[in-house]
Amino acid sequence: MNEILFMNGYGVYVLSAFSFTLLSFLGLYLVTKMQFVKEKNKFITKFGTLTTEQANFAKLQRINKEILSKVTNN
Amino acid sequence: MFKLFEPNKIFKITSRATKYVLFLFIVVLSVGLLEALVLSPEDYKQSDAVRIMYVHVPAAWISLGIFSSITFFSICGFIFKNKNFFLISKSLAPSGFVFNIIALVTGSIWGKPTWGTWWAWDARITSMLILVLFYAMYIIVWRIYDKEEKVYRISTFITILGIINVPIIKYSVDWWNTLHQPASINILSKSSIHSSMLYPLLIMTAAFTLFSLLIFLMKYNTELIKIKNKGLDRL
Repeated sequence: MNEILFMNGYGVYVLSAFSFTLLSFLGLYLVTKMQFVKEKNKFITKFGTLTTEQANFAKLQRINKEILSKVTNN
Repeated sequence: MFKLFEPNKIFKITSRATKYVLFLFIVVLSVGLLEALVLSPEDYKQSDAVRIMYVHVPAAWISLGIFSSITFFSICGFIFKNKNFFLISKSLAPSGFVFNIIALVTGSIWGKPTWGTWWAWDARITSMLILVLFYAMYIIVWRIYDKEEKVYRISTFITILGIINVPIIKYSVDWWNTLHQPASINILSKSSIHSSMLYPLLIMTAAFTLFSLLIFLMKYNTELIKIKNKGLDRL
């Protein structure tokens, strides 16, 4: 195990490069996920304020239906 | 043909595909990390420092590929007046930007043990730095302008200017004397890299590609919901 981490003295460089990469992935994933959830919640809130007539009209659009079905699935 | 690019049809697929892509990415990345950090051999000259290649090279390839795709879709959007092409370009940009930063940072970390310096104003490194600036400009334009037509025009202009830099990055190691080594992998001729290092590199490239696809899908769905939010405001 020590040998794998030490890597002939290059461990600190190799592991920091891999760590930076994985942390960047995690950061980007979380930021993108947060933006998605934020927009979805905004959509739900706005949809909730619509009148029955407006809501029925909005539901005619396939994407709106999809977004709402994802909400109910979650 | 453009009916295939209709948001209504795409959203259904993209919203379902995310979880499968995430699962596949985790599997491929795990295999790639095992290969890159444990199973692949050390280099006779660079010893274990060569392992940095498994994150540095795929990140650089993908950042170049994504910028080329952004340019392609922006030009298509401009020619065919199809808004969805711009949406695809916009959704690709964040992962391309992050991959470009990863390529620069891991390259810098690799430079210290191999060249003895964190940074050099070498042709390849400098041109990669210029690319990250183009990515930043592209992303900023989408944030600062409200008028869609203006955003489309300026962002396409930035990508056209930036794409000139892509072949410069590719051939910089051939055109100038640089610290950076020439390409070890050639599609048209025989690669100079041994298969024991090539396969882990390809697995890591596949993992990185899946990650950029995952981010693209999530970002694209977010953009579509944003548009729908505006639509609800107009009701």
